[in-house]
Amino acid sequence: MSNFAIDVDDLSVQKKQKILLGSVSFRVEQGAIVGLLGPSGAGKTTLMRTLMGIQIPTAGKVEVLGKNAGDKANRSKIGYVTQAPSVYGDLTVKQNLSYFATLVGADKKAVAAAIKKVRLHGKDKQLVATLSGGERTRVSLAVALLGDPELLVLDEPTVGLDPILRRDLWKIFSEMARDGKTLIISSHVMDEAEHCEQLLLVRDSVLLWNEGKDKLLNTTNESSVEDAFIKLMEAEK
Amino acid sequence: MIFHIRATFATTKRILQQLSHDHRTLALIFVVPCLLMGLLSWLYVDNVKVFQSIAPSLLAIFPMVIMFLITSIATLRERTTGTLERILTMPIAKTDLIFGYGFAFGLLATLQAVIVATISLNWLGVDIQGPNELLILIAVVDALLGVALGLLASAFARTEFQAVQFMPAIIIPQLLLCGLLVPLSKMPDALESIARLLPMTYAVEAMQNITTQATTSSETWRDILTVIAWVVVAITLGSLTLRRRSK
Repeated sequence: MSNFAIDVDDLSVQKKQKILLGSVSFRVEQGAIVGLLGPSGAGKTTLMRTLMGIQIPTAGKVEVLGKNAGDKANRSKIGYVTQAPSVYGDLTVKQNLSYFATLVGADKKAVAAAIKKVRLHGKDKQLVATLSGGERTRVSLAVALLGDPELLVLDEPTVGLDPILRRDLWKIFSEMARDGKTLIISSHVMDEAEHCEQLLLVRDSVLLWNEGKDKLLNTTNESSVEDAFIKLMEAEK
Repeated sequence: MIFHIRATFATTKRILQQLSHDHRTLALIFVVPCLLMGLLSWLYVDNVKVFQSIAPSLLAIFPMVIMFLITSIATLRERTTGTLERILTMPIAKTDLIFGYGFAFGLLATLQAVIVATISLNWLGVDIQGPNELLILIAVVDALLGVALGLLASAFARTEFQAVQFMPAIIIPQLLLCGLLVPLSKMPDALESIARLLPMTYAVEAMQNITTQATTSSETWRDILTVIAWVVVAITLGSLTLRRRSK
């Protein structure tokens, strides 16, 4: 058993002939905020699905919270938000959260707290289908906050949100990290790297970078993550 | 254990809440079969005997068809919107989910069967020799069969278009062979043995028996148990198609 929240070694995922992830290795310490960055189609979602145990790896080791990915014991310890908000459009905000709360063993207080965290209080009796896209994303995020998970796996949780809310969410994320929670957050917007201690840059199924942000900027001699990423990609060729 | 009971009933409650926001679907579930029975009794207004002999069979068929459609689409939606994948990353057991579904739609099916049967018996002149309660029981069991087959069928559909196409593929052959159009004994032997493999045949046979027999025969009970066995098998197979992990 390792002390890392996530321990991935030589992970490959292949579907038919297509390589979705090729020989990816990285480790994440408990309490870290990890930014998983890369263009769409790079393999970010596949990597997250593998961590959740939904996607079975073709080869390699994937340990999450000291257990093999997908282990039964992890089901109540990980909050997962998929890219498309997976909540029920024909239920109200509160009905959605109450249902998922029962499934993860959280109480009514947790429901109210989660709604408040994503700032949807006042809209809790509204049908999710009538909410805007950004609000639906927040409902989906609120579901992941229920049950006090040790690890949050968030697939593009801040897409389409207004800048102030995005800032507030990052504040929540850092608070959670300070409490010892581990977060892995994907994005295709490079400036979100700002908030992350560890950066995973993926492109074409390959992990290009797995270190802190400062080291990335120093190594590539660039001033922005975007430019540093471009330099890495060109070096790869 | 308590957790699983809670998760099951939370799922039932959630599905009923979803439907409670969808008034049109609810109206369709409860009103359409009543209208169809009314239409049928009107159609045979000059030939009441024919109506009385086929109406009980149709009371077994309508709930099955409607519940099949509703269940297969609802389950498929859960698969395509990603909520199923999310639920399966949580501690809930697959059987909690399936039973949750079964209870919710079973409740609807029961309500529907009771309403249609009550209207048919009291106002449309449907008259059976056997006990009325048994007619309702058979209708409910058959509605549950629709739920179970719908759950199973949804696993083999990728889109709602495909799910709808399963109705002609799975339901209509049973409708043709169930003994309503041609009695089993008058069918070609090969077709009769196929009909004997299909669950709707037994539901219709049970209905036909209680229409003409005042005392419930052991054959009727065997028919009912056969349909129940089908429900159990289809639900079990359906739960096997829920996968937490994919290659």
